Amino acid sequence: MAGPIALRTSSVSTAIPGATAESPWVKWLLIALTLGFLTLFLFVPLAAVFTEALRKGWNAYLASFSDPAALAAIKLTLLTAAIAVPLNLVFGLAAAWAIARFNFVGKNLLLTLIDLPFAVSPVISGLIYVLLFGLQGWLGPFLAEHDLKIIFAVPGIVLATVFVTFPFVARELIPLMQEQGSEEEQAALSLGASGWQTFWRVTLPNVKWALLYGVILCNARAMGEFGAVSVVSGHIRGKTNTIPLHVEILYNEYNFVAAFAVASLLAILALLTLAAKSLVEWQVRRQAAAPLEPTPAEE
Amino acid sequence: MKPFRLKQPSVLPGFGLTLGYTVLYLSLIVLVPLSALFFRTATLGWEEFWRIVSDPRVVASYRLTFGASLAGALINAVFGFIVAWTLVRTSFPGKKIVDALVDLPFALPTAVSGIALTALYAPNGWLGQYLEPLGIKAAFSPLGVTIALTFIGLPFVVRTLQPALEDLDSSVEEAAASLGAGRVQTFLRIILPAILPALLTGFALAFARALGEYGSVVFISGNMPMQTEITALLIITKLEQFDYPGATAIAVVMLVASFAILFFINLVQWWSSHRYRAGV
Amino acid sequence: MSIEVRNISKTFGAFTALNDVSLNVPNGQLVALLGPSGSGKTTLLRIIAGLEPPDAGSGRILFHDEDVVDRGVGDRQVGFVFQHYALFRHMTVFENIAFGLRVRPRKTRPEKSAIRDRVQELLRLVQLEGLGGRFPSQLSGGQRQRVALARALAVEPKVLLLDEPFGALDAKVRSELRRWLRRLHDEIHVTSVFVTHDQEEALEVADQVVVMNQGRIEQVGPPAEVYDNPANPFVYGFLGNVNLFHGRIDGGQARVGNVDFPLPALQAAGSRELVGYVRPHDIEVSREQTGPDAIAAVIGHIHGAGGLPRLELERLDNHLQVEAELTRDRLRELALQVGDRVYIRPKSMRVFVEGQPLDYQI
Repeated sequence: MAGPIALRTSSVSTAIPGATAESPWVKWLLIALTLGFLTLFLFVPLAAVFTEALRKGWNAYLASFSDPAALAAIKLTLLTAAIAVPLNLVFGLAAAWAIARFNFVGKNLLLTLIDLPFAVSPVISGLIYVLLFGLQGWLGPFLAEHDLKIIFAVPGIVLATVFVTFPFVARELIPLMQEQGSEEEQAALSLGASGWQTFWRVTLPNVKWALLYGVILCNARAMGEFGAVSVVSGHIRGKTNTIPLHVEILYNEYNFVAAFAVASLLAILALLTLAAKSLVEWQVRRQAAAPLEPTPAEE
Repeated sequence: MKPFRLKQPSVLPGFGLTLGYTVLYLSLIVLVPLSALFFRTATLGWEEFWRIVSDPRVVASYRLTFGASLAGALINAVFGFIVAWTLVRTSFPGKKIVDALVDLPFALPTAVSGIALTALYAPNGWLGQYLEPLGIKAAFSPLGVTIALTFIGLPFVVRTLQPALEDLDSSVEEAAASLGAGRVQTFLRIILPAILPALLTGFALAFARALGEYGSVVFISGNMPMQTEITALLIITKLEQFDYPGATAIAVVMLVASFAILFFINLVQWWSSHRYRAGV
Repeated sequence: MSIEVRNISKTFGAFTALNDVSLNVPNGQLVALLGPSGSGKTTLLRIIAGLEPPDAGSGRILFHDEDVVDRGVGDRQVGFVFQHYALFRHMTVFENIAFGLRVRPRKTRPEKSAIRDRVQELLRLVQLEGLGGRFPSQLSGGQRQRVALARALAVEPKVLLLDEPFGALDAKVRSELRRWLRRLHDEIHVTSVFVTHDQEEALEVADQVVVMNQGRIEQVGPPAEVYDNPANPFVYGFLGNVNLFHGRIDGGQARVGNVDFPLPALQAAGSRELVGYVRPHDIEVSREQTGPDAIAAVIGHIHGAGGLPRLELERLDNHLQVEAELTRDRLRELALQVGDRVYIRPKSMRVFVEGQPLDYQI
């Protein structure tokens, strides 16, 4: 269910000449409609974040970050991403190796199941952990007995984040590795390389851009997730609030400048993510185009 | 007869390790927690379940969620198509940046989208102040919910359509033109049928995403029970009242709806890859 | 090192890729596995390499009389050249060739300088000096092919295995490279097996040709032997263009086309169907009826280009198509035109009775 996130690597010439071209006024009408629609729905909201954040000037903007609760939220968000991203990275690599390199019964089912978290509402993603670990949950009594707290505590936030970012890395790697095939790995093995050497020296370098891309997306979602985390967090200021939750609290307290200031951090993260995505797509496109370069003549 | 094999032999190592880890991690993070939802519902009993999910307040939330999601997905189907077409077929200064920014709703945390859209469409907001005198109430109304759901669904339609449009063989259009078809005829008879599966898929993806959306909607919707309360919020409200059975039952309804759409998408994909292969 | 394949079978689901195949490759030879696609030749090569396991319990692979079936591909000391080269795209040519040396355990890994010298030597051997810093994407197809070969040779393999080594190259580079491969083999003398579907390639390069079809070996022998004495109609048909002349044997007297000949060995066999196989260059074309065995035909088409012009003829007796090749001189001498009536006579023919070759040859 993540239509937009697959790497887009094809680049097709845009102008189609002759009989199949639109007349100029149709073309400009389309461009105007596109820009108008995107301005209304994308650019203006984005601009609003920064404008509202700076409404009372730089000092008020910067002051929003000196609040200990804001700092705690930033810390918790970084911690959450630092746990969730590596976990899903390792999973993505393992899943891609198993699925893209071997043929086995149940492969398609496995692929569908990996995508499942994308089809689940963020709210439900949080809810399922409450049902498992909450006070009334399956393991609730056991956890209470041993004085372990998962829901309304950091572990719950991490778990919910791992769930919603679960497929990102795997989804980027699997199609790429399927397309690349395993001949290079076979070649490495035939040259005497061990399994690990093959993985580190051949497989990993070949998928590094897609891997990076998956990690970037995974990280963006991990830091920005709101619904799932909201359910399991308990909203304890300075303790179980991530940046998005802190934004919500500030907003509901009518502290708009601070809310938008903290939100602007996330907006910058989003813009960096998009920039990184474009960079990676450009790299992949460049690599894919390489064999098409004019090759030097034989001898 | 050869023995049935679960896995084709391969010279590459690591199958057991990686598949084992994949299945274990998948089970721990996804399958076991998700199954908890269904087991929990099963303990409710049918009547209790039905009483919860057919409660008027819950039904009103379905109506709003499905209605606004459908409206948003339809708007995206139309405008997303125009955006995708323009990005693929025309060139204009700054196109690359515009192209990159189409993913913004996907990259921007939903809470940020939510407060930004609210700031714009509130009665005293940037855009809301001009709508108010016209008698249009954008924020804190079903219209606001639709706006938010349109925002978050846009990239799904555009990004599904773009590759399909890029893959269109321009010589087919040239052939149509050479046979005397006008641009409109070519579009309706050649282009539209070719990209219909992608359009349907993008529409369904946007719709599915909108159904479960929470963050970008709760700020702009106003959350008035029976009027502007979406189902995802209702689940949270029930949870906060420690009404676990209520939250669980409603969640199951939403999850089944999501899976149905997922199934529909797979059906479309299957259809699009098989529709011209009859008899082969 | 010699290779011996004993009773190897391989199935993929319901498809039998190899059916109880046995083969000997003597030390130092260059052997071609020749067959149409789906004949099992690549599967056999990959099983020899250890890239594919044979069916459990199906047979043995012996390298120099030592069973290697349970040994992994990395432990068999084979050099494998992949059809599409499988060069490591993120490594330079130098790094590609050095890979097999660099991944050795520290104890057996050569010094850095030794690796460098070895790679330079290999670059010289495959005539790619000065291109060590390039990436595979910056090379032509023929150059990539030679890098793949150098990379396989770097680990000093006891056996060199090549999967369709020239399959992805254009015609001119192909013929250059295969002559070069032959010279290279004469230089380094490592036991080599290559897979090809191109009979010309197999006949030109190999010491021994192994003709495969439908998971079985049809014939093994030196190129001239398999070309001149095909063991069965499949080999005959696969090794070059061929004309079929149907006939009968009755009471020891055979008649194929207009050719009559005695076959005393089959005197007791009664009446049987015969098929005579004639290569296009073994069809004699003349304007006059040279004897009772000549058959009248009409010229349908003349392919004048190329070293051996080809005629498409239609027999007047049964209207079957016959293809003949003749020299340019002969074509000029006869001054043939489309529509001309000529007489054709097989100069040499191989006769098969129900798929079995007869000792008899015209």
